[in-house]
Amino acid sequence: MTRPPTDRTLPADVTISEDDIARDARALGVVWSEPPGFWGWLTTVDHKKLGKRLIVTSFLMFLAGGIEAALMRAQLSRPENSLIGPDRYNQLFTTHGTTMMFLFAVPVMTAMGLYFVPLMVGARTLAFPRLNAFGYWNYVVGVVFLYVSLFVNMGPDTGWFAYVPLSGPQYSPGHRVDVWAQVVTFTEISALAGAVNVIVTAFKMRAPGMTVNRIPIFVWSQIVVAFMIVFAMPAVATASTLMLATDRAVTMHWFNPAEGGDALLWQHIFWFFGHPEVYIIFLPAMGMITPIIETFCRRKVFGYTPIVMANITTAFFAFGLWVHHMFATPIPELGQSLFTAASILIAIPTGIQIFCWLATMWMSRPQLTVPILFVLGFLFTFVNGGITGVMLASVAFDKQAHDTFFVVAHLHYVLLGGGVMPLFGAIYFWFPKMTGRLLGETLGKWHFWLFTIGVNVTFFPMHILGLEGMPRRMYTYLEPTGWGPLNLVASIGAATIAVSVLLFLINVIATMRRAPNAGPNPWKSSGLEWSVASPPPSYDFLYAPVVESRHPLWDTTIDLPVLTGFRTDRREVLVTTTFSAEPDSRHEHPTPSIWPFYLALCMGVVFIGSIFSPWFVLGGLGLSIIGLAGWGWSGTKPTHHERVATPVAVPERA
Amino acid sequence: MHSVLDPASPQARAVAHLWWWFFGVGAAVWLAVMATMLLSLRGRRAVRGADDLMQPAPGVEARVERLVKGATFVTVLILLGFLTYDFSVGRILAQQPTNPLTIQLIGHQWWWEAQYEDQDLTKRIVTANEMHVPVGQPVRFILTSRDVIHSFWVPNLTGKRDLIPGYQSTIWFQADTAGTYRGQCAEFCGLQHAKMALTIIAQPKAQYQLWFAAAVSSQTEPTDSTLLYGERIFMTTGCSVCHAISGTEARATVGPNLTHFKSRTMIAAGTLPNTRENVARWVLNPQVIKPGTQMPPSPLNTAQLSALLTYLETLK
Amino acid sequence: MRTLAVVLVAFSLFGCEREARHLNQPAPPAPSQFVSQVPLQPGPTFVSDKTEGPFDDNAFGTSQGETLYNQMNCVGCHAHGGGSMGPALMDDQWIYGSQPDQIFASIAEGRANGMPSWKYRLTNEQIWQLVAYVRSLSGLTPKGSRPSRSDQMMVKTPPSQTPNAKPKRSGPPGGPGDD
Repeated sequence: MTRPPTDRTLPADVTISEDDIARDARALGVVWSEPPGFWGWLTTVDHKKLGKRLIVTSFLMFLAGGIEAALMRAQLSRPENSLIGPDRYNQLFTTHGTTMMFLFAVPVMTAMGLYFVPLMVGARTLAFPRLNAFGYWNYVVGVVFLYVSLFVNMGPDTGWFAYVPLSGPQYSPGHRVDVWAQVVTFTEISALAGAVNVIVTAFKMRAPGMTVNRIPIFVWSQIVVAFMIVFAMPAVATASTLMLATDRAVTMHWFNPAEGGDALLWQHIFWFFGHPEVYIIFLPAMGMITPIIETFCRRKVFGYTPIVMANITTAFFAFGLWVHHMFATPIPELGQSLFTAASILIAIPTGIQIFCWLATMWMSRPQLTVPILFVLGFLFTFVNGGITGVMLASVAFDKQAHDTFFVVAHLHYVLLGGGVMPLFGAIYFWFPKMTGRLLGETLGKWHFWLFTIGVNVTFFPMHILGLEGMPRRMYTYLEPTGWGPLNLVASIGAATIAVSVLLFLINVIATMRRAPNAGPNPWKSSGLEWSVASPPPSYDFLYAPVVESRHPLWDTTIDLPVLTGFRTDRREVLVTTTFSAEPDSRHEHPTPSIWPFYLALCMGVVFIGSIFSPWFVLGGLGLSIIGLAGWGWSGTKPTHHERVATPVAVPERA
Repeated sequence: MHSVLDPASPQARAVAHLWWWFFGVGAAVWLAVMATMLLSLRGRRAVRGADDLMQPAPGVEARVERLVKGATFVTVLILLGFLTYDFSVGRILAQQPTNPLTIQLIGHQWWWEAQYEDQDLTKRIVTANEMHVPVGQPVRFILTSRDVIHSFWVPNLTGKRDLIPGYQSTIWFQADTAGTYRGQCAEFCGLQHAKMALTIIAQPKAQYQLWFAAAVSSQTEPTDSTLLYGERIFMTTGCSVCHAISGTEARATVGPNLTHFKSRTMIAAGTLPNTRENVARWVLNPQVIKPGTQMPPSPLNTAQLSALLTYLETLK
Repeated sequence: MRTLAVVLVAFSLFGCEREARHLNQPAPPAPSQFVSQVPLQPGPTFVSDKTEGPFDDNAFGTSQGETLYNQMNCVGCHAHGGGSMGPALMDDQWIYGSQPDQIFASIAEGRANGMPSWKYRLTNEQIWQLVAYVRSLSGLTPKGSRPSRSDQMMVKTPPSQTPNAKPKRSGPPGGPGDD
């Protein structure tokens, strides 16, 4: 790599000796390690371990949701099929939706952020490591609660959206819907914890020189989504944990029309969250596409600023669309038209991103590796889904297509095409960084083709089924409707998807059994995460990298400039200023701790117990106080913030 | 069949046209994007530079920037075109009808109660699941629900509208072709949401008047002994606890009104054709056909069932 | 891993009766000591050992009972449990006994002073569902399966918040079961 012509204030002969590097690495390795065995596993606050754990758990949820989908498709493959009865089917489609939306899609995108944002911004870890652990354990409590309930016939059965009055106390007796309401609570706590972490890390812990203008697009999308989570998640928590749960348990009348409540209120509050939710899933996937395209097109993406602005604009627009889920309700037409306009216009920023990617590919020769194949699959599938989305934005057409299989087709095209395909591409891309091994290319290509074909064979016929009058959420349909043949085709497609996912699993398992074969930067990519070992050491970066451009590894010399002088006897991170990323202070970070796990269990007692008795709430909160005290007492003391006086080396601002 | 693309009313026709335009333009856009994507894989517009990184050929970057801006501009134009067309269709659909036939439609788990409104109280029809409407006259439905949210949807005739407890919403259409149109509940409403269909039979004015005259009439006491026996079974073994037959002592409103039961083409909210055998199966154990439905099994022996069925067949 | 699988299998076999929806199942039989009566003449109150009705611990069945209670117009005489022409059902005074079999008999046979006989109008399953609901009104059924508030005007504390009651066996003074 040639030395780019810059005018630096760096003394040209300052280097770090191999002995110093080894000594520092050893010391940091000790300081950033955790206790051995099960206790270490329970108390870890390492963002990579927790991120990987969250990715794996989310994928398990993807498999669980997929099994539920397979059962549903099996039941619907023939008219009047008797494989699954109405009660079980209702539980299946509810759990499928809840699992995929709350327990897979958002957590896996959050997980990619929690793993990669520190690595991409040059930080040693997240801003709040224990909060990260707390978020993960809350998520696990939610997962266990939902699936144990499903197995004891207490699985929720009113849809992932749980409309009242069907999900209210009169028409949903028992505790099934209460399970749903609390699963939402746990996932909400988990998402908020992750969002807070991403925002603070991305704004206050970036490597020196990484001005706002140089933040990687992946990190931008995570920041934008984190803000969306902060504004959207409380809405669904209010609706489910506060309003629906109290309606059911302690006779509130939020949704009881006879006592002044309103059934439509639920829909407004839920969809105020529900629409941003799908962009919370979709925008991180967009953020993953840019680095993949850059790497395999061997050039910087066209239109960094438009892409970033498109992300931000999409996030704002996303909060103004929710009524398009309610076009069939008696809301005044004029109001509905406003949401038509917003829903159509949000296609513009999304389109801009796609045009920029196409431009990037146009001006280079893309290498057809598996990650790029998934990007092509994304374009093929998501653009289709986006167009049907624009169609559904029209009130007149939506009144025909709402709550039919046309919408099922649209939502799966955008979620699978726009969320899961980029995610798979990202997994293939970053797998060597996370594990030190490259996933098999051949199996990967089989996975890609079967998945793309499967998705299209499954969901394309559903557009037609919807237009032929087939509503959603039906456990069976009558033979004279003529919906049988297309349903059979869709079920065959579902089987194809299942096979493709199986191939992916085999690829992962087989790869993990091989010895590590990937160096730090097998793809010759440009992000900071590719400058550390694969997998990264526990402390991520030995020294703080100094960034001079948007593509640090492409625009600097072989020797990446770094900031040294950090202590190696405690966990120290560098805090920088928000916009210009100048070094500001050094902060001592907490060591592994049991309190996040303990507090998550307390949250479990509080919220799961609230279904059965108010005493659990009191008891759980009491137990929580112990946890909060323990959390506060351990950890860092405020006097350890040390202002950075004269850093060892700092580049001239570009 | 019951397809959005097989309209039988001006309202549904406007939406079907909207769909075809959307589909055409949307397909063209998708094809354009795919073509660009595939062409970009050929990649002869770049030169490999240092460290394997691509430098675009001179002048290409500026041209591509113009193309991207142009594509964005075209996208905005297309979307604004969509918006305008959609608003104009919306305005057409939002116009209120003059002189409509008004029907109150009340949603239940899992059947439809229909009450025809009329100034003359003797001309108010109460029926269930199957409605006749005249061709060429606007029909307005006033929708509400007795329990959970349902949604009225007959694809051939109009878009859908939710039936929400505590709300009264309105939807209207005008059938311009005679025929039998199937609809289905389109909002998940519980265990038998899948089997909550309805039928709208649009008839030319004359035939509609004939039907109307029969529908407003009440049944009379049968004279034949078998029919009397069948009627007694209806009244004493639990049927009359939930169902009404106008003209008899059965007045309950818990379940569908059965006054003109024989005239319906389907039973159990559009689940089975109205034949003697299907009615027998349904009456003996509805739980086999619609598990979870409110109607319980009937403990009738063969003779009792036969008499009951014969009686029901007189309810034209 | 294996223990987890064993636990899961155990759970699924054990199931959860409260949440079950018994659709299209054969109905629980009527009580064996079912005394058919001459109209308007109460029979002897019999003593029953069974303390739990078939739907007492089933939330869905109890909720169906509440639906039937409204549809069959029990409200007309018993109000929403407070009683008016008919006796109150949410207190602990039971003229004909509060055992499930006894309430079944009262509903099926009818009772003096205007309680109709429902034996030929409702199925056994429906009467057992009503039994469960009536018992829930006074807190005789397990708390978890009692219905919560309905989507109507609230006129009473919902059964799910009624305190648990001790079942009392009562009858006319001097009858069997009276110690």
